[in-house]
Amino acid sequence: MRIELEKRAKVSTLFSILSPFIAFLLTIVFGGIMFALLGKNPVMALYSFFVEPLSEVWSLHELAIKAAPLILIAVGLSVCFRSNNWNIGAEGQFIMGAIAGSILPVVFYDWQSPLVLPLMMLMGMLGGALFAAIPAFLKAHMNTNEILTSLMLVYVAQLFLDWLVRGPWRNPGGMNFPETRTFAVDAILPEMIASGRTHWGFAFAIIAAVLVWFMMRYTLKGFEISVLGQSERAGRFAGFSSRRMIWFSMLLSGAFAGLAGISEVSGAIQQLRPVISPGYGFTAIIVAFLGRLNPLGIVAAGLVLALTYLGGEAAQLSIGVSEKVTRVFQGLLLFFVLSCDTLIHYRIKLIFDRLTATTSEGSR
Amino acid sequence: MGIVEAILLSVITAATPLVLAAIGELVTERSGVLNLGVEGMMIMGAVSAFAITQITGSPYIGMFAGVACGALFSQLFAFLTLTLVANQVATGLALTLLGIGVSGMMGESFLGMQGVKLQPIAIPLLADIPYVGPLLFRQDIIFYLSVAIVAGVHWFLFRSRAGLKLRAVGDSHASAHALGVSVIRTRYLAVMFGGACAGLAGAQLSLVYTPQWVENMSAGRGWIALALVVFSSWRPWRLVAGGYLFGAVSISQLHAQAFGLGIPSQLLSSLPYVATIVVLILISHNRRMTLINTPASLGKPFVPDR
Repeated sequence: MRIELEKRAKVSTLFSILSPFIAFLLTIVFGGIMFALLGKNPVMALYSFFVEPLSEVWSLHELAIKAAPLILIAVGLSVCFRSNNWNIGAEGQFIMGAIAGSILPVVFYDWQSPLVLPLMMLMGMLGGALFAAIPAFLKAHMNTNEILTSLMLVYVAQLFLDWLVRGPWRNPGGMNFPETRTFAVDAILPEMIASGRTHWGFAFAIIAAVLVWFMMRYTLKGFEISVLGQSERAGRFAGFSSRRMIWFSMLLSGAFAGLAGISEVSGAIQQLRPVISPGYGFTAIIVAFLGRLNPLGIVAAGLVLALTYLGGEAAQLSIGVSEKVTRVFQGLLLFFVLSCDTLIHYRIKLIFDRLTATTSEGSR
Repeated sequence: MGIVEAILLSVITAATPLVLAAIGELVTERSGVLNLGVEGMMIMGAVSAFAITQITGSPYIGMFAGVACGALFSQLFAFLTLTLVANQVATGLALTLLGIGVSGMMGESFLGMQGVKLQPIAIPLLADIPYVGPLLFRQDIIFYLSVAIVAGVHWFLFRSRAGLKLRAVGDSHASAHALGVSVIRTRYLAVMFGGACAGLAGAQLSLVYTPQWVENMSAGRGWIALALVVFSSWRPWRLVAGGYLFGAVSISQLHAQAFGLGIPSQLLSSLPYVATIVVLILISHNRRMTLINTPASLGKPFVPDR
């Protein structure tokens, strides 16, 4: 048996809508098989993974808290990926945004003013953008591969944060624990709704998604992004500069990742610790692809991936599988998304032997 | 054994996984495929080598398991990118993310277990040469394999007919296809070789470098290996030089930490990553040289027309 691809004359609208759903379905089927192999009842396991976390108000808030950074980062990444700039160091930009935004509440903790919070958010964006500026500069002016440089900088950011919270920024009254002071009230991102913990970071994510959706759909910049991403040469003829696009997309995604970082720290953790992210920057890559690089799709995809984090915790409690299942689910999901995207551009034919091959040849 | 020898020995141990993973990726990229999943294949190799060694008691069987697992895992990437023509960058990332996830789950029951180390094998006569002997001829089997693989790859790429075909596929898949070379099959095999080498590199980590299982123990080495391939301008012997250079950098930071010197350990730990960036800048700022060296079809999908 062989698999052959036949290019569709036109991009299939049906499959470009269906493909993320097929991918999610396949992930669930495979997840069920995996649970069965681990000796668990697959139906029970999947129920506790995907449904239980949605059944209570507090856990819906947790879902929004986890979805916020994923959506915000992924929206920025979608602009990068669409313009063919492979920023995969969002995790590092997230951390540097969190650090830059925390300068005020950690170093100048005496200063209390309603200005603190907006300044923190701005500095967070600036921190993330500046950190993303490194791979942007190296790609635009030194011809250096942005995939490798942006990824290497993730390790640098993690080590820098580790040094800060164990060294100069450690809480003097914290019994030597590697963490900063808890932020003062003025520096904490408030809750959005009275019913639970969801903070304004979620609103930032939704606003960012809508803004980028509008930009991609209705502005020249959005057109420029798609043209340069599909063909740099065509973009050059239209007078678009791919160098400026590198700067634009990297700074934008860095700023979004930085904002996600400071929102998470200020809204959810309320201090800096050696580890402040369960891999949001990497999971956001999956979110971006599951959302088909469309900002509105990304909102939905962000909620799905946030559910895998909660599901992992829930499954650990209720059926005793390791919460590491989460990462497996996320990886599987990306694999299925990428394979289902083939259906959008190609017809897949299974060819069983030579005879059918020739008949399909003849019928064309 | 003197301090200099001890340091050199540790440099070799640190460099071997880098060289192995990178030489595999070099062959893959020479065939025109960019597999960013090296980190994932490496960590899968590490966990399966460790697990099978614990189960069978033999690190040699464990080593083979690591190789097999890396090769098998790479075929997932090959199926998606070659048969289903999915985006290579995204699929490579997916392979890495999946590898980290699956290895974390597989290895959970092996956390904290005492590992079995692959013992050095002394080569008769040669091992007795002063200075050189203990360094190069009293090594574990994976080191010998790494040397043999590099030499073999050099011979294969530049002296054999099959290697010529592989390079042709990487430089212009359309021409190679027109000449009757099976582009897809060549690429499947090249990806598999890359996976096997990354698996062996992972086995080295969990059977020689630090004989135990630690989650995420490859710590970015797969990515450094990818940078090494660029550094080598896709040439095997330059890749070895680069690998040992990086081995030296990562060892020097360990020694500097041991001496104290008042430098924060985190700054020293970030050295290999910063060095990677610096080297990448140095090697690629000349746009024309990069263009000449890079396999021309690298990362481009191929759908045979029928």
